Amino acid sequence: MNKKLRILVAKPGLDGHDRGAKVVARALRDAGFEVIYTGLHQTPEMIVTAAIQEDVDAIGLSILSGAHMTLFPNVLKLLKKQKATDILLFGGGIIPDEDKKVLYKSGIGKLFGPGTPTSEIVEYLKKYFKTE
Amino acid sequence: MTIIENNKDHANQILHRIYHRTSHAWRIGITGPPGAGKSTLVERLAIDFVKHNKTVGIVCIDPTSPFSGGAILGDRVRMSSLFLDPKIFIRSMATRGSLGGVARATNEVCDLLDAFHKDIIIIETIGVGQVELDVAGIANTTIVVLVPEAGDSIQTMKAGLMEIGDIFVVNKSDREGADRLTMEIESVLEMKNSQRTPPVLKTVATEGKGITDLYNCIMEHQKYLVSSGDFTKQKREKITSEIVELIDSKIKSNLWQNKKINSNLTLLVEKVIKGQQTPYHASEKLIKIWKNSRGVSR
Ligand SMILES: Nc1nc2c(ncn2[C@@H]2O[C@H](COP(=O)(O)OP(=O)(O)O)[C@@H](O)[C@H]2O)c(=O)[nH]1
Ligand SMILES: [Mg+2]
Repeated sequence: MNKKLRILVAKPGLDGHDRGAKVVARALRDAGFEVIYTGLHQTPEMIVTAAIQEDVDAIGLSILSGAHMTLFPNVLKLLKKQKATDILLFGGGIIPDEDKKVLYKSGIGKLFGPGTPTSEIVEYLKKYFKTE
Repeated sequence: MTIIENNKDHANQILHRIYHRTSHAWRIGITGPPGAGKSTLVERLAIDFVKHNKTVGIVCIDPTSPFSGGAILGDRVRMSSLFLDPKIFIRSMATRGSLGGVARATNEVCDLLDAFHKDIIIIETIGVGQVELDVAGIANTTIVVLVPEAGDSIQTMKAGLMEIGDIFVVNKSDREGADRLTMEIESVLEMKNSQRTPPVLKTVATEGKGITDLYNCIMEHQKYLVSSGDFTKQKREKITSEIVELIDSKIKSNLWQNKKINSNLTLLVEKVIKGQQTPYHASEKLIKIWKNSRGVSR
């Protein structure tokens, strides 16, 4: 048996570049994960459909546009609708602490600030999937 | 699909049960160097098939990093217009290091898509190493995608790639050198003496140019295979190699799970080191032990 953890990395919303998401994708690959990279401008529907077809263990969203308070809950809502809440939803972006509190409460996994060392994200995922 | 990728024993049980539903889909392999525009072509082709009222499964294969065991599967980036189409199912796979195994798991995922009633299955692989040759073995129609930049390298290109193609595509033909490359491919193909000379098409995947031609060529190839009897031949070869592979892997795992074999292996290695044995004689001896332990005699 060679179970490999599969992570979908996406950059939803309308803002421009996906450098950050790519850096995370590469770091996860180098840590032994299989990363399904879907690129820019994804809607929550696209993200959740892809996550289910690819049967991923987690979804990582990079959100810099400030739309985190709509995008995260929408993805989570669709995951619930598809009965796919076993998929961990985590992310990164510029997210104020009070927003983080609300999102954590709703069941969203860890949210990383910009410039977080990628090793921290890798550690988090490894821990999460071992202790689950 | 995850089970099939991760656990061989369970996989075989599932596949055995669905096998009778798996000879419906037409399987199209697309291979070529990285960046040739394969994913972009797949997106366009899939749209065309859906327009013709077909359901489409897409399997994208990318290499596993030999250092970390991880992989970035990025073909979806060029296919985002297909994500929400209920007639299309996309699955990304990593090669996971095992050479022949790539074809096995891919073939099995294709079987599943087939059992899920997809009419067309498109398999995208990088044209590097052994992988693309394996994939030709599981596709009914194999398309080789090249780009003008590859122009003067056609001589040095692996013979294998020229031999597996049922259709050749010169993509990015908006760039200089497309005509020259087309001619070069044609002249190489002329030297093959087979009944059917593979067509060479020019496309611009990003603009959707040449896609209808490609669609027609695929249909033409399908007709040709069926009417010439090559389809039956292809099927026979595929089933044979499937059975051989299944037996190979069963025997291997049976052999190496045998405790007697493993303990004797350790002993024999020591003997070889001491100069009392050779690896050749040791291997014969181990096979004898294995046969005896299973009550099999020659
Ligand atoms: N100029 C030009 N660029 C293309 C064409 N087809 C694809 N591309 C670009 O080539 C790059 C690689 O394409 P992709 O489909 O990912 O290639 P793959 O690695 O073979 O799957 C992308 O930036 C595409 O937009 C084409 O016909 N003409
Ligand atoms: Mg590709």
